[in-house]
This record gives sequence, structure tokens and C-alpha cells, in this order.
Amino acid sequence: MKFLDEYRDPDAAKRYSELIRSITTKSWNIMEVCGGQTHAIVKFGLDELLPESIRLIHGPGCPVCVTSLELIDKSIEIASNPNVIFCSFGDMLRVPGSKKDLLQVKSEGGDVRMMYSPLDAVKIAKENPHNEVVFFAVGFETTAPANAMAVYQAKELGIKNFSILVSHVLVPPAMEAILSSENCMVQGFLAAGHVCAVMGYNEYFPIAEKYKVPIVVTGFEPLDILQGIYMTVKQLEEGRHEVENQYARVVDKEGNLPAQNLVSRVFKVGTRKWRGIGEIPDSGLVLQDNFREFDASLKFGLAELVVDEPKECISGIILQGLKKPNECQAFGKLCTPEHPLGATMVSSEGACAAYYRYRIKP
Amino acid sequence: MKEFNLQCPIPINEYPRVLLAHGGGGRLMHNLIEKMFSSAFSNDILMQGHDSAQINLATNKIAFTTDSYVVKPLFFPGGDIGSLAVNGTVNDIAMSGAVPQYISLGLIIEEGFEMEMLWRVVQSIASAAEAAGVKIATGDTKVVDNGKGDGIFINTSGIGLIQHDLNISPKSIKPGDVILLNGDIGRHGIAIMAEREGLEFDHKITSDCAPLNFIINDIINAGIEVHCLRDLTRGGLSSTLNELAESANCEILINELKVPVHEDVRGACEILGFDPMYVANEGKFITIVPAEQAEICLNILTKHNSEASIIGSISSNNEAIVKLKSRIGTMRILDMLSGEQLPRIC
Repeated sequence: MKFLDEYRDPDAAKRYSELIRSITTKSWNIMEVCGGQTHAIVKFGLDELLPESIRLIHGPGCPVCVTSLELIDKSIEIASNPNVIFCSFGDMLRVPGSKKDLLQVKSEGGDVRMMYSPLDAVKIAKENPHNEVVFFAVGFETTAPANAMAVYQAKELGIKNFSILVSHVLVPPAMEAILSSENCMVQGFLAAGHVCAVMGYNEYFPIAEKYKVPIVVTGFEPLDILQGIYMTVKQLEEGRHEVENQYARVVDKEGNLPAQNLVSRVFKVGTRKWRGIGEIPDSGLVLQDNFREFDASLKFGLAELVVDEPKECISGIILQGLKKPNECQAFGKLCTPEHPLGATMVSSEGACAAYYRYRIKP
Repeated sequence: MKEFNLQCPIPINEYPRVLLAHGGGGRLMHNLIEKMFSSAFSNDILMQGHDSAQINLATNKIAFTTDSYVVKPLFFPGGDIGSLAVNGTVNDIAMSGAVPQYISLGLIIEEGFEMEMLWRVVQSIASAAEAAGVKIATGDTKVVDNGKGDGIFINTSGIGLIQHDLNISPKSIKPGDVILLNGDIGRHGIAIMAEREGLEFDHKITSDCAPLNFIINDIINAGIEVHCLRDLTRGGLSSTLNELAESANCEILINELKVPVHEDVRGACEILGFDPMYVANEGKFITIVPAEQAEICLNILTKHNSEASIIGSISSNNEAIVKLKSRIGTMRILDMLSGEQLPRIC
């Protein structure tokens, strides 16, 4: 397939593999931030192509995985309401809450629908004026423009029975949280290409400077990732810590300005609780005051609900890259995609699920 | 193929929609059966008019199977619930290497279902049965209250004659055996998904829904020592291979580059975040045969579909696992799908 096979070419992959080997003289720990990259790395077995001294650490960039248990419980509470049509991206439906998941709510008669776009949920709200329609707005900066557009449209059209349960998270604060933790092992980052397609990469210059880490904006195809790793290793070996852009065919420095404008009209930066990591200040998006009528959490009186994370799942440690999924006691035994203990085993972008699905077990 | 009357024989202006009474056992139901079903499916067995069909069979050993069809939407590019209900059961019979002969037809119709739609489904069933060479031997109609069904659900059971002495079963799979696939994968699931989600592509992706009994016949008649056959329906190629690896306790090795996937299906999968290995098919199957007969078998498959391919082999019988050599040459597990990638595709 054009524009795809070129980036999956086995010979070019081998050449990159050799190139990386030829410049690597020390051990380096590199974190790929985005779950989509984790998925590609494990699906294509890219780590097999790397020298042993390069360790890839799988970052917290799967929005499903980092959505707090509290928000999952809120979603279940809202979806259980007989007057509600609850709309969500498919992956969220199987994430276990404290007692059940959204699929169970559906089986008990809840109207839970899988969507590809939040705009479809606005349409449903328009068609069903007597129901409350709620969209579970999860995601990083990548999905924020579409969710902002849904709220914006609903306001423009005067649709009162639509609201969103906001679980938006931001990448740069999460990277800073990882870099400033005392156990941090990360020496370089592959930044998430799609996030940067929206946001650009100006935000990363101060981070690279402050923590002395190379940050390479990287795509999602095998050759993108191998090239991103090569660029990161080259910087590390040469003692540089710069922001570079591997994914120039999609990303430019400023990003998508109309999308950013829309996001900042509808959302503002706020504190967000990350599953397994805890609260990170200024790490999420919340609705602007003039869009609060679309906040499902307020509408359904759930703003005060607080839920603590269970102890047995170490997804927080996995998400910070301190342990690999197969180093967890429960991995593949107590915790499988059919019976997940935590979200990292649920989402196709979750590190645990990716390991479970693709990894040749020793 | 027989020409079918495009005009619905039930006067539509009289009953534009199915009523509860059409399944109630009275005159309306009698009319529906006489005018619509009997005229479309007419054959000697059905015309016996008993509560059960009485059939003389040419062999002692038969294959017997049943399946229910709840696909949504009812009509999709390349097929509909009617052709699916016939081909699905025909193919399940064919996977025993049997020759499908008779199928039963159970219809559960929702009150209010458009008579014209029902007629389209009935015609499609008749046409698919004719194409696959099977007779509708018996049937049943029920109507459920409006809102308690989803248009129409169909159950078909079928029997086929086993005329060979092969032991076609996962238990016959041996290390060294070769795995063949009869064409490209993923079209049925994506055709349904595209229709459901209103996705548009340059060329409409059509379902691969088709009967497989004739191609299986050719393989068996050519004297190929078939060890196992399996059609790739829900869960796609990956789930089928995993089921086989588990029941035969063997290691399967697949070469990703040898598995044909059409460009448009690959594109749709990229957009939707699916893996074609897990997407449903309705006219694809794998054949597992001894290595020395693989080329002859491939020749037969190729006559029916030029994209048929040898996709892998049974590498050992130590462990139940499916491994995939990826397109960039690395190895990984090809795991079974957990949960549901696409609900209600058949």
C-alpha cells in the first residue's frame, strides 16, 4: 500500500538496525511516550532489531490506560442511568471499574454505544431530545480538537441534552512527572507524533533543556520508530540534548493552529489524576467556565466522587517505565486481556496487552 | 441460475409489513408460506408438506451442522443475511469434506418488518441455495413483537454426505504439514463495518460471502490427503489458527507476507485500527495437507482464486502456539482475539 509499505520495508529496517548498532557504544534507556508506538514496537518486533544495550521503556501514552478509576466509576454511574445514552470509544468499554465495566452496564440494559467520533454523539443527542447523551471524552492532545468541536457544535446548535465526561490528559506534564521522579531511568524520549501534529513541538524545548534529555518527535511505522531511535541514540552518544523532528512529513513546529485555537476556546488546563500515577498538576484539560453546562460530571452530581486505586495492579509502575509488563507477578496469570486487573491490559495500546498479544514467551 | 420473480407475491399494498399474525398459525401465515416461501424454495422434499422432511440418503455417514445469523445491517455490499445464512451453513458442512444436500430454514421476524425486505431476503436465500446446490428441506416462521427483534434473524441447519475415507480433523494435523489459504482475507468484516459506519472508499469493499463446497470437492476428488479444513469466519484467520493449534497441540508458523489482503481492506483496517488477521471472512478457508501435496492443492485452489497462497506450516507438536514472521522479518505471537472486534457480523 502506497505511503505505508515504504515505511515497513524489511531491507531498510535491517539497514537501520545495523546503523543503530554501529553508533551504540553505551547502554541507553529510551522511552517511547505513545501507546501507538508501543503497539507498533511489539507488533513488528522492533526491539529484536536493536542492540541489547538499548532498552525501550514503554511510556504512559495510552489514554485508556491512564484514565483514573474514579472516572471509570463515574462513567459507569452515568451509563447506568436509564435516561442516558452513553457514547464512548470502543476500548473504554472493557476497562474495569471498581465493580464492573461499561460492557456489563450494557448487558444490564444500559444504552452504551461505541463511537468513532464525538460528533456522532452530538447527532444522537439531536435525534433523541428526551435522553441525556454523554460522550466519554478521553485522550491526549490528539483527540482534544474533535471533542472540543463536539462541545462547540452542541453549544452553537443549542443542544442541551449533550455533555462530555472529560478525561483529557496532556503529554508534556507527564514527561516532566517521569523525569522529575527519583527513580527515573529515562535518558531520551521518542515524542508522540500524532500529539505533535496537533500541538507542534515548541513545548519540548524547555523540557529538553531543563532535564538534559534528547526528545525526538517520532511517527508510528516501523521505519519511523527505528529512525527515531537512531536519532535519539546519536544525540545521546554525542552528548547532545535537542528537540528533533523525525516525523516531518506530518508534524511541523507550530502544529495545527486552528485546532489549538478551538481546544483553548473550549478547554483550559487543569489538574488531572492519572491511573497508577496519581494527581499531576496542570496535566489535563477541563471545560472552560462558559462551557460548564456540558460537563457530565457536574450535570450528574458526581464531581465529589473519589475512588482509590487497587493495590494488586502495578500499572502505575509499568506506565512510568520502572518495570516491564512481564516483570509483574500477575502478568498472564491473574491478569489477562479477558480478565484484566488494570487498564494497561485492556487497551490495544496498553503495554501489558501488547506484550500479552505479541511477545514470544520465553 | 433460475430467474426470480422480482415482484413480491404477497400483495404489498395489502400487508406492507409483517404482522404478528403472519407467524400465528392462521390464514395469514398459511398465505405467507404458500405464496412467498413455497414459490421461492419449491422442491420435492419441501413439497411433501409434512411436519418433518423425509429423506433417503446415499451414504451412511453425514455431516450435520447448525448456525444462526443476526448480521446487522441485513443488506451489505456482496451479500445479505439470506445468502449468508445459506453459505455459512453450506461452508460448515463443506469443512468436513462433505457434500451439502439439504438445509433447514428458521426465520424469526420482527413485527413490522417490511414485506418487501422479507421478499428480498427470501429471494436471496433461494438464489444462494440454487448456487450452492442445496435444497431447503424444511422450515419454520415465527414473528416476535415490534422492538423484540431486529428485523429478521435466521437459523439454518444442514446435512451433507460424506463420501470420502479421510479423517478431516485437527487430530490429523502433523508436523511438516503445509497450510494453504484460498484467497484474500478481511473483506466480509470490513464490508459490514463500512456499511454500518457509513464509511466510503474509492471502490466499494464487497463481502467475500460465497459457497466453498465446490472447491472442497475438487480438492478431495483430486486425491489430496486433506488433514484439516477450517473456514475463517468470526475472529478471522488468527483465531482459526489458534483454535487449530490448541486442538492439535501444535506450533504453527505463518508468513505475514504470504497472506493476501487487498489494498482497500488494508487501508480501512489502518483507519479503523483493526488487524486484517482478526477480521471476519465468509468465503475463505484454510486447508492443511502433507507438504508433498501442497503444490497440487495450490494449483486447484488457484483455479478458483488466483490469490490462493501457501501461508505457512506446522513447525512442531511441542506447544500450542501460532507464530508470525512479520513483514519486516521479525517473529511474534499471533494471538487469539480477546473479546469482540466487531459485533454482529454474521
